[in-house]
Amino acid sequence: MRLLSILDPLTRPILLLLVTVVDRVLTPIQRRIGIDKMGYFFVLPNLLIFGIFVLFPMLLNFYYAMTGGTKLFPEDRPFIGLGNFDNLFDCGDFLSPNSCQEDLFWRGIFNTIQFVIFQVSGIVLFSLITALVLNRKIVARGFFRSVFFYPVLLSPVVVALIWKWVLQHEGVLNAIVEIFGGESTRWLLDPNWALFWVVFVSVWALMGFYTLILLAGLQSIPPELYEASSIDGANNWQDFRFVTMPLLMPTMFVVLVLALIRAVQMFDQIYVLTGGGPGTRTQLLVQYIYTTGFASQIQLFGLSAAASMVLGITLLILTLLQLRLGNQSSLA
Amino acid sequence: MAAERMTISQFLANRRGRRRPDTSDLLTYLYLTIGTILMFGPVLWLVASSFKTQAGLVKYPPPLLPYQQVQVEVAGFDKMLPLYEVTLEDGTTQEMAQIRRVGIEARMIDPANPDAGETKVNIRQRTPVEEVKLAWENYLDPLIELDNFDFFTYLKNSIIVTSVATAITLVINSMAAFALSKYQFKGRDAIFVLFISTLMIPITVILVPVFLVITSIGWKNNLWGVIIPGAATPTGIFLLRQYMLTIPDELLDAARIDGASEWHIYWRIILPLARPALAVLAIFSVMWRWNDFLWPLIVLSQNDYFTLQVGLNAFQGELQIQWHYVLAMTVVTLLPITLVFAILQRFITTGIATTGMK
Repeated sequence: MRLLSILDPLTRPILLLLVTVVDRVLTPIQRRIGIDKMGYFFVLPNLLIFGIFVLFPMLLNFYYAMTGGTKLFPEDRPFIGLGNFDNLFDCGDFLSPNSCQEDLFWRGIFNTIQFVIFQVSGIVLFSLITALVLNRKIVARGFFRSVFFYPVLLSPVVVALIWKWVLQHEGVLNAIVEIFGGESTRWLLDPNWALFWVVFVSVWALMGFYTLILLAGLQSIPPELYEASSIDGANNWQDFRFVTMPLLMPTMFVVLVLALIRAVQMFDQIYVLTGGGPGTRTQLLVQYIYTTGFASQIQLFGLSAAASMVLGITLLILTLLQLRLGNQSSLA
Repeated sequence: MAAERMTISQFLANRRGRRRPDTSDLLTYLYLTIGTILMFGPVLWLVASSFKTQAGLVKYPPPLLPYQQVQVEVAGFDKMLPLYEVTLEDGTTQEMAQIRRVGIEARMIDPANPDAGETKVNIRQRTPVEEVKLAWENYLDPLIELDNFDFFTYLKNSIIVTSVATAITLVINSMAAFALSKYQFKGRDAIFVLFISTLMIPITVILVPVFLVITSIGWKNNLWGVIIPGAATPTGIFLLRQYMLTIPDELLDAARIDGASEWHIYWRIILPLARPALAVLAIFSVMWRWNDFLWPLIVLSQNDYFTLQVGLNAFQGELQIQWHYVLAMTVVTLLPITLVFAILQRFITTGIATTGMK
């Protein structure tokens, strides 16, 4: 914050003026309505933005989901009731996307489910191992903690480009594979490999965040418990099984639910890395919402809104799950 | 990895009490080493590659460092000529500059002795002489002139969005948090619950209606359309409110007795005292905004308004990816966040560990 103090001579007079002006305006108001009602004034700007850009759209979304056509403004859109949902759920067989009217939607759902299962288990597994490793008495713990955390800060576009470059056909990964006698592969054009890399890259980019949460959880376990267990003659495994795991469980649940919520909404990284391809192999639900409403020739806002409600309900369930699993003081 | 070896020997010397190192320690450091390579390797590879020329990038297998062919000046020629190592007919090798190439035959000249005249050499008999050289032009060209990639505009837009949005978020969130933590008014708790309940409702769920609102206001292709919708962050309100609850009410009462107005109290007492929480929120807001992608992608469809992320995506999505520029610009895009992280590393990691937010 000290860096910003260079700007002080410049910003201070402006701020001072602003503060004085606001004060002039507010003082008579305060005199009239009393101190406690000033709370309304302070909450107002946030409430306005919240109301216009969050609350109102949330309600409007229901209406959009029940209208058809390609016009954006609600008054131009014919009301079609549950037509959009009928479309989305019009399936010969729910287990095979090809039999559905909106096959892309169902591919998106199935791809999302697959992605979520692999990605979340990857994140939980590797962030747990990493947190356990970082919790040991190691040299340069701060450094290693930063190493695993660094990718978290990178933008999804940057992350995707970094890996696109590594994975391209004449890329460094193929070169390494060939050194070890393997065959070079078009990683992002092979359906199974593409899914693998999409999962891998997002685990790579996000695990540091969950590692930190788990590490904080590990460090809050009182050391006396380990002393007690060692007096009882417990070995390392028993320490882990009977002391660490039970006490870490609440944090693990937080991590699990947070990772789930994040994974369900996955979009940007994959969009840049594979564009949803090859074919539609890595196209997830959010990409369907985006493409249907904004990135195709015919903009089906209603269908997009209906699909986003499916996402919204999923998130709601996950959030309730999180609340159920104990009121953790941590949020996010 | 000399540093790695040093840490290992260090840890062999002093570990957990005076216990002798066992396999678990070995595994620990093995994991950390592999982890470090996996986490940093791709980023370093990006940086190293970004200094290679277009010709250097298509080489396979790719060399670790950026090499360029040596160019030499030869008397009698206006242009610099590429230098090759040529195997002559008598089996000796000599460094020669190439004047031009016709089919499989290259006309070479000895730069040290240009008067000796041209020699015809089969192109199989020559290999380029290379040196490690950084291709700064990858960074400089996009800054100066590239038809479809207006770097400075994108950078400017990203900086505007990030700084303005963060400033607005800090002000309105802190005001709301102040109201919700220090005043008794009707509907207060309802408002708080309303704010917090949207914690898990990302903009992804309401893209269409928010897009309508933005379009109605006339903020399509306008940075305000990117800045404002996400400004009322529930995370920020929650964080700041929790922090402000710890500020004693007596402080406020004392100021009131001294005749301070409520605005004064907010500005002079609450904000300075809440500085740690504000700093955490500021860092996160900068991160969110700098990296934001989906919403700007929807709001901004004209090149002039692109943020860095959107511009970079458009640039890399072209039919012929100009990797040498894309790589360099990716490095530039990750640089600010990396610097912030390097400076505030401890602050950020402990901030996340204690608040559990991102």
